[in-house]
Amino acid sequence: MREITYREALREALREEMHRDKAVFLLGEDIGRYWGGAFKVTEGLAEEFGDERVRDAPISESAIIGTAVGAAITGMRPVAEIMFGDLTTLAMDQIANQAAKIRYMFGGQTSVPLVMRTPFGAGVNIASHHSQSLEAWFMHVPGLQVAVPSTPYDAKGLLKTAVRSDNPVVFCEHKLLYPIEGEVPEKEYTIPFGVADVKREGSDVTVVTTLYMVHKALNAARELEAEGISIEVVDPRTLTPLDKQTIIRSVKKTGRIVIVSEDCKTAGVSAEIAAIVAEEALDYLDAPIKRVAEPDTPIPFSPPLEQFVIPDERAIIEAVKEVV
Amino acid sequence: MESEQLTLNLEKEKLVEMYTKMVEIRNFEEKVFELYGRNLVPGTIHLYAGEEAVAVGVCSNLRRDDYITSTHRGHGHCIAKGAQLKKIMAELLGKRTGYCEGKGGSMHIADFSIGMLGATAVVGAGIPIAVGAGLSAKLRGTDQVVACFFGDGASNQGTFHEGINMTSIWKLPVIFVCENNLYAMGTRQSRVMAIESIADRAVAYGIPGVAIDGNDVMAVHRTAREAVERARKGEGATLIECKTYRHKGHSRIDPARYRPNEEVEEWLRRDPIKRFKEKLLQTHTLTEAEIALAEKQALARVEEAVKFTMESPHPAPREALEDVYS
Repeated sequence: MREITYREALREALREEMHRDKAVFLLGEDIGRYWGGAFKVTEGLAEEFGDERVRDAPISESAIIGTAVGAAITGMRPVAEIMFGDLTTLAMDQIANQAAKIRYMFGGQTSVPLVMRTPFGAGVNIASHHSQSLEAWFMHVPGLQVAVPSTPYDAKGLLKTAVRSDNPVVFCEHKLLYPIEGEVPEKEYTIPFGVADVKREGSDVTVVTTLYMVHKALNAARELEAEGISIEVVDPRTLTPLDKQTIIRSVKKTGRIVIVSEDCKTAGVSAEIAAIVAEEALDYLDAPIKRVAEPDTPIPFSPPLEQFVIPDERAIIEAVKEVV
Repeated sequence: MESEQLTLNLEKEKLVEMYTKMVEIRNFEEKVFELYGRNLVPGTIHLYAGEEAVAVGVCSNLRRDDYITSTHRGHGHCIAKGAQLKKIMAELLGKRTGYCEGKGGSMHIADFSIGMLGATAVVGAGIPIAVGAGLSAKLRGTDQVVACFFGDGASNQGTFHEGINMTSIWKLPVIFVCENNLYAMGTRQSRVMAIESIADRAVAYGIPGVAIDGNDVMAVHRTAREAVERARKGEGATLIECKTYRHKGHSRIDPARYRPNEEVEEWLRRDPIKRFKEKLLQTHTLTEAEIALAEKQALARVEEAVKFTMESPHPAPREALEDVYS
């Protein structure tokens, strides 16, 4: 099968959906013909679809998402890009109070089919305002769906589903994933939300993780295999809806779980998954639930500092060894 | 402010409709005030009484398929756009038959069937949503326009700047209607703005800005008509500042002691309904009998809405779990 990058997979998804449905349009800062998106995801799309449908916006995050909300409730399917996940803070009212609640508070009269694409994650030394992982914030808002693709295949299939969803979707990308290559079929496909993917089967310990951490977990699993420890890597692919069944099924098999997440540990993605396992699968556990996450600091700049706070293969291996 | 004109160059039928709508809004709000006092309205309410000329003056220029966005003080906007009184009233009382089936209440009324895109209770949040509806109309190639209602307080939010700038650069069909009732809750405009006229801010976005007497429904109607025509022709946005006044406090519990008595009395003398009525009579557009009939009909519709609401059931508690997702 052909291999393309995560970035190309996202671009293909956007291109295909824009061809399929005239209601789909893109909106964001520097996404058009002059730049093609800060991470080049939308490169070439303005040339193909025109500046009206690939719309460069002023630096106005709140109005970008608000405009997407207004367009979504009047017949369009906007895909808005927020250049860095950290800047979703500027649009938080529009995403959390408006997009997420409009359907509910208006008694189901309308739906809000918008996608907010944004890259999270650290690892490129751009410090506290460009490196956070804030997925958990959006998990905390009923009405939003949260997608977290880790591979080119998942990125394309999930983005196509996001564009077709009648709900507002926070589509979380990771800036280290854009150049990663992987198999993506030429034939059209979509990936349903709420269906986890077992990225690697194993029998001793379940590792639940998302986004770039999936790759670190897979590296760790290869190392551990050499030591005779078999790791099952479960990638939920969407955090809302969350495929609890696949996680619990894996825990029933292995009896041990390590949750790896790049976001802050307190009240983070790992906290929610740990709570679910404690609530619904405690009897199957042979060891305490273990979490590997960012130690509740802002993301620092200097490489040794940043490397210290972001979970790596070593931290995952140590955590696994604590539970086996 | 424009001076009042004594010519009413509109069809009689339209004038009756506008007068009736204004009276309907007033009666509706007075009824809500009364029901609230009887503990029948949960939560809080922000009454539109005193500002009727703005909603009616603007919406009398709109088609059914045009859009509006509204605020926490939104009953008047809904009624002026053509929403059903009974479904608004039922929503205010948390009934199953309300517009939002009891999920929204006073601050979140919407009627998508008439282009009423909803009231938001976050001050200024409706502005970018209106921009999006305008962009949508443009991308879909329709000639729909959007009237975006907000208050003087909202014009200090970042969304005002971001939204109007975006509308201006993209020449979107949006009419920004600032209802300047002088107070953002208890904060007088002069304490939070160094300018007297919010319309002056339009200069910063390269769009026309005009300040008018918001208690003169014909002045609002004429100004909005011009703005709607410009928007429909693709000539872009207008900022209309309507100077007006709320008769009651900010919300039901607010006695509004921060407003000097003389100021309140002065504005009560400028009551938009009283002035429109005088004008209709002075110009012999309507007779006393016709006015009385319109008032009677408006009151009857409000009474009917109350009856409908009282007979309506509350939602079943478990309905709280529905409509979170599509």
